[in-house]
Amino acid sequence: MADTSLPANATEKRAARVRWLLLAPALLVLLFAASGPLLITLVYSMLTPGDYGGVIWQPSADAWFNVVLQRDIFDDTLSWSDAHLSIFWRSVKLSLMTTVGCIIFGFPTAYFIATRPKKQRDLWMLLIIIPFWTNILIRTFAVVELIRNEGTINTVLMWSGIIDAPIQMLFTEFSILVGMIYVYLPLMVLPLYASMERLDFSLVEAGYDLYATRMKVLRRIILPLVKPGVVAGSILVFVPSLGAYVTPRVMGGGNQLMIGNLIELQFGQGRNWPLGAALSITLLAIVMVALMVYVRTAGSEEPKHG
Amino acid sequence: MAKRFDIQRMPGFKTVAAVTFVLLYMPIFLLVIYSFNAGTSIAIWEGFSWRWYVSAWDNQQVQEATVRSLIIAFWASAISTTLAVLAALATTRTPKFKGQSAVFAMINQPLMVPEIVTAVALLIFFAMIKVATGYTGLLYLIIAHTAFCIPFAYLPIRARLTGMDLALEQAAADLYAPPFRVFTRITLPQLWPGILAGAMLAFVISLDDVVITEFVKSAGQDTLPTYMLGQLRRVVTPEVNAISTVLLGISVTMVVAFTALSKLKT
Repeated sequence: MADTSLPANATEKRAARVRWLLLAPALLVLLFAASGPLLITLVYSMLTPGDYGGVIWQPSADAWFNVVLQRDIFDDTLSWSDAHLSIFWRSVKLSLMTTVGCIIFGFPTAYFIATRPKKQRDLWMLLIIIPFWTNILIRTFAVVELIRNEGTINTVLMWSGIIDAPIQMLFTEFSILVGMIYVYLPLMVLPLYASMERLDFSLVEAGYDLYATRMKVLRRIILPLVKPGVVAGSILVFVPSLGAYVTPRVMGGGNQLMIGNLIELQFGQGRNWPLGAALSITLLAIVMVALMVYVRTAGSEEPKHG
Repeated sequence: MAKRFDIQRMPGFKTVAAVTFVLLYMPIFLLVIYSFNAGTSIAIWEGFSWRWYVSAWDNQQVQEATVRSLIIAFWASAISTTLAVLAALATTRTPKFKGQSAVFAMINQPLMVPEIVTAVALLIFFAMIKVATGYTGLLYLIIAHTAFCIPFAYLPIRARLTGMDLALEQAAADLYAPPFRVFTRITLPQLWPGILAGAMLAFVISLDDVVITEFVKSAGQDTLPTYMLGQLRRVVTPEVNAISTVLLGISVTMVVAFTALSKLKT
């Protein structure tokens, strides 16, 4: 290149300087509006709440206690915080159910797309990608219009005389589940399709030649081969489900809280910023564990074909 | 003749796929259709009309929120794309360098950390700055959006850069073109589809953001999505459908254009 006249060491140093100069603006913005605030949140979780929101700069471990415990206001005894635990449990339960639901709908869909002629596949995938890039609020709202008491489903059912009174679907755990499956389904189909597209069907053929049934081929040949896609899709769906805020807020109507809504509550009516910070860090920790499990599984489960 | 045995067929899969596509698009179609409803209901059809588009257009809050959304999305995508180009130039086609994984972790942080956690962290940090400086303008939202748009702009640009042929740049350098000249005359003309794709992605991501905006905005700084979120608490009229349809149109156009751009040959 141009600076061959310089000793190798100096060239390297120069390249490193240029590299960091080019990276500096992006890293500064990220430090200012992503990584830095996260560290401050960690600090806030160990302070005392102020009376009108904010904090008093006095170290306190109360927020971390209050994540899962509560202190009785009369006799100071500690007990499990049922309210928080039930919200954690609902979040984990609904996120797992969302993941399973997305597999049930997403697996056959991805398989269907992957077995289309090559030219058609991109078009089918575009149909999956378009909802993915449209506003989550709009998609949630579209489902709300369908299932609310005055919504399409109830109107049609009542008009046709099947029911007399609208079925209450909105503002239940069921509606949150439906909303989250609807919103996160593309995240399942994308990685599933990526692994199915590379599926070697000669192995499937070999299975049939050896008199395997369709069920057996699916379970013993296809599933093991696309397992990395299933794992990736599950993580991609589970992680945002766990931190979901918009869908449970719109679908749950304030009765069915998930962790995201519990966090928001601490910055609104709760006026307990340290607790909100501690809950945020807890959520982040759970997500990081899930991602680490994924990296581990993905590392050891490299597809054995192709 | 016996029917040929199709090894790719799985019983029931086609049906589930068909159901999935119908379920995926039916709510969106209904949303769009009822935005043209002449009545005030979002479930009972009373004839075609543009009235909700007119009423949204005349609604001052919607006008202000739209302008605000566009200003934020414009600056956030412009700045994040510029920063992403620089970062992509620094991190592609170089041997593994010290601190590389930390750099990638930082760039990808907005993709890994749950949005609600980032939102809360920004609320805390910006509240401190607001108290210290007294400034409560749009800059907070622009910086917040810029940060989470960086990975979305970075990925397509980096992909394009990785796929590019090094020979032309080397030839230019061999002919004593200074590095900056090589960049503007050789690299940039080849890179522009990636840059445009990254900028569009960032624009859509910024335009659609609800959670972070909801926590960072000061009073009276609603963007279109947060305005809609507020409206959902009240009795919903097809006006929300009309706004949604317009936003939907923008997103779909951008995604189709993005897909076409990413397919352009290097």
